[in-house]
Amino acid sequence: MIPISHYLILSAVMFTIGCAGVLTRRNAIIIFMCIELMLNSVNLTFVAFSAYLGDSAGQIIVFFVMAVAAAEAAVGLAIVLALFRNKKSVDINDVNILKW
Amino acid sequence: MPDIIFQSTKHFWPEITLALTFIAAMIFEFATKKRTTGTGILVLLGLAAALVQLPSAPSEPVSIFGGMYAIDPFSTFFKYVIIVTGMVVVLFSFQSQELKKESGHTGEYYCFIAAVTFGMVLMTGSSNLVMIYLSIELVSITSYILAGFSKSLRRSSEAALKYVIFGALSSGIMLYGMSLIFGLTGTLDLSGIRTALASGHAVTTGWSFAALMAAIVLMLAGFGYKVSVVPFHFWTPDVYEGAPITITAFLAVASKAAVFAVMIRFFYVAFFDNMLASTGVYSSFRNVDWSMILAVLSVLTMTLGNFVAIWQDNLKRMLAYSSIAHAGYMLMGVVVMSNFGLSAIMLYFVMYFFMNLGAFYVVMVIADKIGSENIDDYRGFGKRAPIISVGLSIFLISLTGLPPTAGFVGKLFLFSSVMASQFIWLAIVGVLNSVVSLYYYARVLKNMYLREAPDGDESPIVFSKVTSAVVILFIIPNILLCFFYQPVLTFAQRSIAILLPGL
Repeated sequence: MIPISHYLILSAVMFTIGCAGVLTRRNAIIIFMCIELMLNSVNLTFVAFSAYLGDSAGQIIVFFVMAVAAAEAAVGLAIVLALFRNKKSVDINDVNILKW
Repeated sequence: MPDIIFQSTKHFWPEITLALTFIAAMIFEFATKKRTTGTGILVLLGLAAALVQLPSAPSEPVSIFGGMYAIDPFSTFFKYVIIVTGMVVVLFSFQSQELKKESGHTGEYYCFIAAVTFGMVLMTGSSNLVMIYLSIELVSITSYILAGFSKSLRRSSEAALKYVIFGALSSGIMLYGMSLIFGLTGTLDLSGIRTALASGHAVTTGWSFAALMAAIVLMLAGFGYKVSVVPFHFWTPDVYEGAPITITAFLAVASKAAVFAVMIRFFYVAFFDNMLASTGVYSSFRNVDWSMILAVLSVLTMTLGNFVAIWQDNLKRMLAYSSIAHAGYMLMGVVVMSNFGLSAIMLYFVMYFFMNLGAFYVVMVIADKIGSENIDDYRGFGKRAPIISVGLSIFLISLTGLPPTAGFVGKLFLFSSVMASQFIWLAIVGVLNSVVSLYYYARVLKNMYLREAPDGDESPIVFSKVTSAVVILFIIPNILLCFFYQPVLTFAQRSIAILLPGL
């Protein structure tokens, strides 16, 4: 059996990659993909702990997280679309009329 | 099982009413296109219906739906603040010119206000990590839409994009913290976490202790983002400036109240008593001084909020920084985590409700009249629009915390609760910060009363009777609460009972 630490390390690495992607990428669509990566690494942690502890609560929250992530992506993409109509760009660097 | 549900539903009616209001408002909106005011009135009635059910909440804490949700005086107090704010925001929206430009969608706007109020009310009572996550997301996702509601305005969609990216990032971070807590304690229930930590089996070795610390820091980052605590504040000014001003007011008051409620519940139920005891896990908790970390965050928050506000030219953005500073003041009450501190936070929220909503209302009506939120455009307003100017002056003085206004009493109790817990230096920093805040609030007053209008224009700006009446209605509590705060204080002191396991 694969020890739980493998899963945890994998999900920690995935989470870090996602987080770094959000902070460094400039394209709004890719940023949303990185956020999905973060949420999925969290799901992996929940499922791993759930199997390890023999407690199904961890698997139930994963369903909620997936549903919420879908809703969040839908709203996020709609907002990107609204911005694109005003601005003709999805580059974060062009989102700059509000600062300081 | 059905028994539990029937028993629980009995206490859950305010929330059910809000959910039904949201559904009814949506159906009404689809059935009668373009009757937007009708949807608004429907939402207003729904909120009022939820409000009148609150006094019948049990005075003893009750746990319902198998520990998912808590009904206690603490959450009921915050529900009052949230629902009343929701109603006031709906009333403001009827008058807002900014929203009228989006004719055709305004009905949906009122539906979302019902949904976001429902989410905030759920936040105040959540006592399980699943409920905390779901209610926070319900509020967040709905507020992303509301912040970007003026689709044709570039600054509004820009604000919404920043909000959704940072918001999703922070909820991802918070969720990772929850997953670690679940792994370490084996439960998602707050009281279960408390029991697991108290029995000590969760945190024995160095690694799992480090993981627990990391988990709490991640949770703190998530909550800190939602109440805009420095260093997680950077979205606040942009979103507050770009969003429609009614939504800015809503986020500044109700959303803060809801997150403070859920944050206090999380730390209080899962960790608080453990920090006081001196055996096992407790002592290792005492090694990391949580109150010190929160105190440093609070000092950073109010100092940065106040100092950056000095350089703002847009009044809406200045109020955003001022709301960051106020989050810092309120965090002082969480630092001490005493009954005195909690009742001081609750009292402060009541005062904050009156002064902040009043200030945002004045900014809204002036922006509708002159089309600008720039502080320089307020020159000569003292002569041209006397009632509005007196109102704005009183709200800003109240936000500073000078007598004889409500803000003074709020700050007085907050600072004395901090002093009572031997955090003298924190209280001193708080007072010094209030002095700094006087500078930028006074700048608005100087522009209104001491400067002439740019082109020497002294013709009066006429506001409708309703506007003047609303401003006066907000001035009265701002003055009266300075002298007659006792009923509010008594109510806050009676409302500090938080549901704990074993009750």
